[in-house]
Amino acid sequence: MDAIAAWLTTVIPGLGLPLAHLIVQVVYSAALAFGAPVGIVVAYTYMERKVIARVQDRIGPNRAGPLGVLQGFADAVKMLTKEDITPAKADRLVYNLAPALASVAAILVFAVLPVAPGVIGTDLHVGIIYVVAVGSLGELASLMAGWSSDNKFALVGAFRTVAQLVTYEVPMVIAVIMVVLAAGSMQLGQIVAAQDVPFLVTLPVAFFIFLAASMAEIGRSPFDLVEAESEIVAGFHTEYSGMKFALFFIGEYMHLFAGAGFIATLFLGGWRGPGAGDGSILAVILGWAYFAVKTTVIIFVMMWARATLPRLRIDHLLDFGWKFMTPVGLAALVAVAVALKIPGLGSPLLRWVAMLAANGAVIAVSLVAIAWAARRSGSASLRGVAGVKG
Amino acid sequence: MAIPLYWWLAVAAGLFCIGLYGVLSRRNAIAVLMGIELMLNAVNINLVAFWRYITPQALTGQVFAMFVIGIAAAEATTGLAIIISAYRRRDTVIVEKLNTMRW
Amino acid sequence: MPIDQLVQVLVFVVMTFMTLGGGLGVVVSRNLFHSALFLVLSLGGVIGYYVLLDAGFLAAVQLMVYIGAISILILFAIMLSPGLMMQHQSQRNEQWWVAALVGVLLFVVLAVVLGQVQWPVADAQALAAPNAQVSQLGVALLGPYAIPFEVISVLLLTALVGAIILARDTAD
Repeated sequence: MDAIAAWLTTVIPGLGLPLAHLIVQVVYSAALAFGAPVGIVVAYTYMERKVIARVQDRIGPNRAGPLGVLQGFADAVKMLTKEDITPAKADRLVYNLAPALASVAAILVFAVLPVAPGVIGTDLHVGIIYVVAVGSLGELASLMAGWSSDNKFALVGAFRTVAQLVTYEVPMVIAVIMVVLAAGSMQLGQIVAAQDVPFLVTLPVAFFIFLAASMAEIGRSPFDLVEAESEIVAGFHTEYSGMKFALFFIGEYMHLFAGAGFIATLFLGGWRGPGAGDGSILAVILGWAYFAVKTTVIIFVMMWARATLPRLRIDHLLDFGWKFMTPVGLAALVAVAVALKIPGLGSPLLRWVAMLAANGAVIAVSLVAIAWAARRSGSASLRGVAGVKG
Repeated sequence: MAIPLYWWLAVAAGLFCIGLYGVLSRRNAIAVLMGIELMLNAVNINLVAFWRYITPQALTGQVFAMFVIGIAAAEATTGLAIIISAYRRRDTVIVEKLNTMRW
Repeated sequence: MPIDQLVQVLVFVVMTFMTLGGGLGVVVSRNLFHSALFLVLSLGGVIGYYVLLDAGFLAAVQLMVYIGAISILILFAIMLSPGLMMQHQSQRNEQWWVAALVGVLLFVVLAVVLGQVQWPVADAQALAAPNAQVSQLGVALLGPYAIPFEVISVLLLTALVGAIILARDTAD
């Protein structure tokens, strides 16, 4: 993007470099803000329905357009033409503001994702904290939606949503801190540059914790109690219809893409891959391609989990977050921090081996602890799984 | 620097006085708590402005502001727990009515 | 005025509207839920201030702690108790005009006094290079400021335990 700014100063006479940078950033943000909702939602809703359908041994949408690829557009037209109902006693301003805030909170993450070498909205020094902080804006949107709907189910749904989001923010931040320790910086550009070996290999515990916490933060199955129709009507967005519901929907899918993009950046190496190293145009295109492929792989894993796993009940969900993921995350954080400071680790290879060993130790200890707890539990089936006879 | 230090201090003073009005004049305990949060934020703005303009090489201003944010979090937590507990016992959160400790 | 300075002043004005407007909304609004949302707006304006003052880490911390945690806590407390909103009663007590007078007088005094002090502003070279590195902040927290850091950890733990005990349902 610096190259584009420099080129702009040569093309338009009298344009200073700061203003050129500003123009490039504004154009990039506008392209993202207008292109991302449509493109991402259309593509990934289609992919989701096809993936889940195939897992469930059916075909999925195949009517709208060849192989059903225009299904997203059909959904959009349907949402646009639905009647826009507002409950009579709803708090108007807050009711209308909540879906917009939900979408905006999701799209703000795109500003710091490094999608290609040199293409990043802004390489903040505190990029990681920015992403975590912006994720917490979405919780506010849920609360506003639940409260202003003047509906008891919506309110209870909003409480549960916020409880789940707050619970899973903690393991998410712990996993991210492990990555920051390993990379030595909070800048996302630096984190991508530090991944000669992707952190998926050297920090598997962080990856699993972050993946599960991301699924909970986005509100996808198996953590989607708060919006499942058989559970609580539709949770905090019960009273929304038409375009406002579509905005929540768009917000969820953009959050999905932003979360998966963040995982790809932190754990899979972002835009790194063969041929995306130097500064040429080919490298930028290859970088985009690698980033898109990695993000789509993560999204596929999340959709796979959605199609396969049953829903967690709200108390199980909160227990899982506080009583399992947070302690395991903290133990792994301490282990990785200790492993990185062992004296005598000169080469990067030794550091990676040390981190992997620390994570392996944490996995082994937690598996042993789970087996011990299962053996002592009251449920016969759990005892059977843990290998206790009778 | 495009913005003189005085503007920052004036804005912080204004926010502090708005928070003060909130604390002194509202009847609902939670509204009083929100006024206190405004005052703490005004103090933080002052701290960071002084750091930026007078000692930009030292870190004291930012660290101090971080500690103020941390303490505000602890105080908001405890205050809200007390308010909820008082509401359960006395069925009111009007500060004038929570007066069993007066003479 | 060069354009980046103009942008700074413009952003400052917008953030001032957000902060002070939000603050006024907090203390004047009749609906407690709206007050809480105005508080979120005001805290958002303060985030803009921190970014203008080159304190990026502090802006992110403010967003995470104040808007992501404290505001949600306040909203939860408001929503969990239905009678808390006092919808049909006045939100101001009888001495509100004294409070307003005190507020305005204090603001006038502060504005005048602060305007007359000769602040020892650092020279231009130091001003252009503020020390806001996150790594330096980390080193400072574990170095010169280690004791307040530990004390605030204990304070937060105490507040956590205390809040749970205080707000626990006494039926069980």
